[in-house]
Amino acid sequence: MSFDAAYQSKVLKSVGTRPLRPDGVDKVTGRARYGADFNMPGQLVARVLRSPHAHAKIKSIDTSRAAAAKGVKAIITAADLPDLTDGNRSLFAILDNCMARSKAMYDGHAVAAVAAIDEKAAKVALQLIEVEYEVLPHVVDVDAAILPDAPVLNDTIFTKGVEPIPKTPSNVANQAEFGHGDVEAGFMQAEVIVERSYKTEQTHQGYIEPHACVASCNTDGTAELWVCTQGHFVYRQTCADLLGLEVSKLRVTSSEIGGGFGGKTHVWAEPVALALSRKAGRPVKLVMSREEVFRASGPTSATSIDVKIGTKKDGTITAAQATLRYTSGPYPDTWAEIGAMTSFACYDLKNVKTVGIEVIVNRPKVAAYRAPSAPMAAFAVESAIDELAHKIGMDAVDFRIKNAAKEGTRASYGPIYGPIGIGPTLEAAKTHPHMSAPLGKNQGRGMACGFWFNFGGQTCTDLNVSADGTVTLAVGTVDVGGSRASLSLIAAEELGIDYQDIKAVIADTSTLGYNDMTDGSRGTFSSSMATISAARNAIEVMRHRAAMMWDIPPEDVYWEDGHAVAAGTKHGNRAPLSVKEIAAAAGNTGGPIAGHSELVADGAGVSFATHICDIQVDPETGSSRILRYTVIQDAGKAVHPAYVEGQYQGGAAQGIGWALNEEYIYGSDGRLQNPGFLDYRIPVCSDLPMIGTQILEIPNPNHPYGVRGVGETSIVPPLAAVANAVSNAIGLRMTHIPISPPRILAALNDAARN
Amino acid sequence: MRYERPETIEAAIALLADAEAKSFVLAGGTDLLVRMQNDTFEADLIVDIKSIEGMDAVTQTDDGFLIGAAVSAAALSENAALVAEWPGVVEAANLIGSTQIQGRCTMVGNLCNASPAADSVPALVAADARVRIAGPDGSREVAILDIPTYPGKTSLTKGEIIVAIVLPKAATRSGDAYLRFTPRTEMDIAVVGVGINLTLDEGGVVAAARIALGAVGPTVSLVEEAAKALIGSKLDQAALDALASACSAASNPIDDKRGTIAFRKQVAGVLARRVAQTAYTRAGGK
Repeated sequence: MSFDAAYQSKVLKSVGTRPLRPDGVDKVTGRARYGADFNMPGQLVARVLRSPHAHAKIKSIDTSRAAAAKGVKAIITAADLPDLTDGNRSLFAILDNCMARSKAMYDGHAVAAVAAIDEKAAKVALQLIEVEYEVLPHVVDVDAAILPDAPVLNDTIFTKGVEPIPKTPSNVANQAEFGHGDVEAGFMQAEVIVERSYKTEQTHQGYIEPHACVASCNTDGTAELWVCTQGHFVYRQTCADLLGLEVSKLRVTSSEIGGGFGGKTHVWAEPVALALSRKAGRPVKLVMSREEVFRASGPTSATSIDVKIGTKKDGTITAAQATLRYTSGPYPDTWAEIGAMTSFACYDLKNVKTVGIEVIVNRPKVAAYRAPSAPMAAFAVESAIDELAHKIGMDAVDFRIKNAAKEGTRASYGPIYGPIGIGPTLEAAKTHPHMSAPLGKNQGRGMACGFWFNFGGQTCTDLNVSADGTVTLAVGTVDVGGSRASLSLIAAEELGIDYQDIKAVIADTSTLGYNDMTDGSRGTFSSSMATISAARNAIEVMRHRAAMMWDIPPEDVYWEDGHAVAAGTKHGNRAPLSVKEIAAAAGNTGGPIAGHSELVADGAGVSFATHICDIQVDPETGSSRILRYTVIQDAGKAVHPAYVEGQYQGGAAQGIGWALNEEYIYGSDGRLQNPGFLDYRIPVCSDLPMIGTQILEIPNPNHPYGVRGVGETSIVPPLAAVANAVSNAIGLRMTHIPISPPRILAALNDAARN
Repeated sequence: MRYERPETIEAAIALLADAEAKSFVLAGGTDLLVRMQNDTFEADLIVDIKSIEGMDAVTQTDDGFLIGAAVSAAALSENAALVAEWPGVVEAANLIGSTQIQGRCTMVGNLCNASPAADSVPALVAADARVRIAGPDGSREVAILDIPTYPGKTSLTKGEIIVAIVLPKAATRSGDAYLRFTPRTEMDIAVVGVGINLTLDEGGVVAAARIALGAVGPTVSLVEEAAKALIGSKLDQAALDALASACSAASNPIDDKRGTIAFRKQVAGVLARRVAQTAYTRAGGK
């Protein structure tokens, strides 16, 4: 059935309210089932042997002693995961990352795995596996990796995206360029130019729940996987491809998710668990430890970024350019390209050029982290914008307002914007009480803007009306931030029934059509579109059933406020039929009532935010404390405002941690020094003030209710907002994230010496 | 792995003395239970001492306080007499971990874990506290400073258990304080820790001083030079400068994931100034 996704302005009853989430009680009472809570009769416990070397050739692996050990049921190496990727380089990277084939590419890279009757037996077996390594020179730093004397990590990589293609291999996997106009001419017109280099360290999403799954392969070629994931349909496809299974014969069920933030968009252990189960003939449970999560899941890129921006003294930016180097771990990817696309997306620029350079290093394979690649680019650009505003003596907000992108602006990455929220968030920031609140000694205020694309994608939803008129909604996007509540509100709105009468569940891969995963801030955006469509289809069915019950033509029945209503004077005396009444009669009017929807949710509106941060710095120790923090972001339409605010606050909290303390620290041996929450410092509650939020609603023209994705943009501005606040507090420009106490104190000492 | 919960100290000592392989004493467990999660951790015997009489008691004696080995940090802060006499020791113990951790963790455990960054240890050293040890060859009492010998190592011999901390009676016109530097507000490990105990004469001049540094060397250290800098002063600027210099100079840290050498040396001096001023005020100095 055709579905019109265009925005229609109307008064909404359920959407915009704040009911309790349906999964809340189970989560706070410990009853919710997360990845590690699944168990199967006869299941084995898997453990993975990991390389202690940052870069080493695997000369041989002898598993014979381990295989003979008590309780060991299966051992696998790369040989048990043969290469079925058929030239697909990104799929091969996933395979090689799951189990190193010829070389270990980072500290923590899996080289073998064991399934045994219990954890102790598995651990003993790991110690009995003999791996002969030939240690090779390694490089972990983004800038060091592109120096001429850097060890070349993969001699089949010749930089893509440059002409002519280089004749020698290097650690630069690819290069991508965006922009328009003539930046050189633009800089000639500039009266003031800021040119600086910035660096950000590698961070991890820091989800509290480690990766966990139970895999069960049967002899008939079917298999099941219970797993903590952001996208069980995508995991199914990837695992089927890597294991050579037929897609429909692998059933994947997603668990509740204890955080993902992009890190659970990618398989790490799941193909290993399936391969072990296939070999052992028994179910296999694999739960990664926290240390394994840090060493061998998918953190974000470390970066090194050069920015140059020129402006006239009246605040008109004449040219802007950036060169962005992003690490991708050991395999080529597109993180720098994404960073290059986002860097100047907030601004209306005549002359702009960005170059993204993807750098291979001996670190874990990078995965998405909430608006991946955008926060680092925003840090560099928004720092330079802030400095320029200071230099021309213009207020930092006014300077941004003067140059902000608007409807009709050609984005630096290509497209022409529709109605967007950057201007309104800046105007809201300008008048926000936070902006004019007084500051004390050693305190500074910073602000910054952020952009994220948002995504729509393939979506499929089922809506079933039960005999008592209550409704089950089966969706295929994993609920990472309260989407079951939001989607129930959407269904309630469409059907005209109570939120309490709807039960939303995440269907497994065998009971619903394909869904892209919950990434790109698409969960509520796309599944709400499919839910609206499914609800309208169900209403269509109910309209026909009502017509049958009344024995009048369906054309004479319309739907209003949760009821079928007979139209016109001819049938005017008939009392409207409720969903409950129509459902109760369903057995006699054609059977079960359901609405189905499958669609590609196009038109996810781009998203913008402006953040304001106050910080206090102790000049004697370099310690800093966030005093006040405000997030202003366009939601299009906030379906469940409390969970939208939660997304704003969560992204800000993660960004603040990234800005101040979080970083992967490598030793000179290339080993990760801090694979745990003690020394990888995400903020604790008392580190943060209550984060203030302001939701703006500039309707997305491509969604019936105007909804935009809200999950990711909130992590984009904090690095810059915090850095600008610190820089304003101490009068020194901080260009290296995290701005940890030793870095602040060193900067203050340097300034005092000079 | 065997878990034992003896009811007498003799039984506990016998278990540990007879144990053939890796054995551990369990009190609050806030370090041990975390270590047990590591893949490389192995234990054959865990001896839980919480059921032994007196282990959970704080006793005020004529000579000071006797604090049982299983007394939690939170319990210390609920003992008004102890808080009044040794506020620095109590505040140090209550910087460990978080509120939940403080409900379990003990100062003796903090000491025996032998981390150079243990929060309560510099405060105990500054207070000139001692520990009472019971072992197969009888009991002995030694200074806190003599327990840790290296990160993760103590001077305790096989079968020995620290049964209590012995805090002296605080001198008249004395005050103690502790501060540590961490990037986070809590749930963190000291990058630098400073414990100071000052005793003043009737005129408010520092007559005695004990200054202990944590996390800037392999074990907690008592800095005599820093004490000399304060003795005879009323904490004037010159004395505080000399204190800071002495503490920075006495720091012998490493560059690691928690901080740089330069940062730790500098911050040791900064914290020492701040701690000295708090201790001085608590001692009645103006």
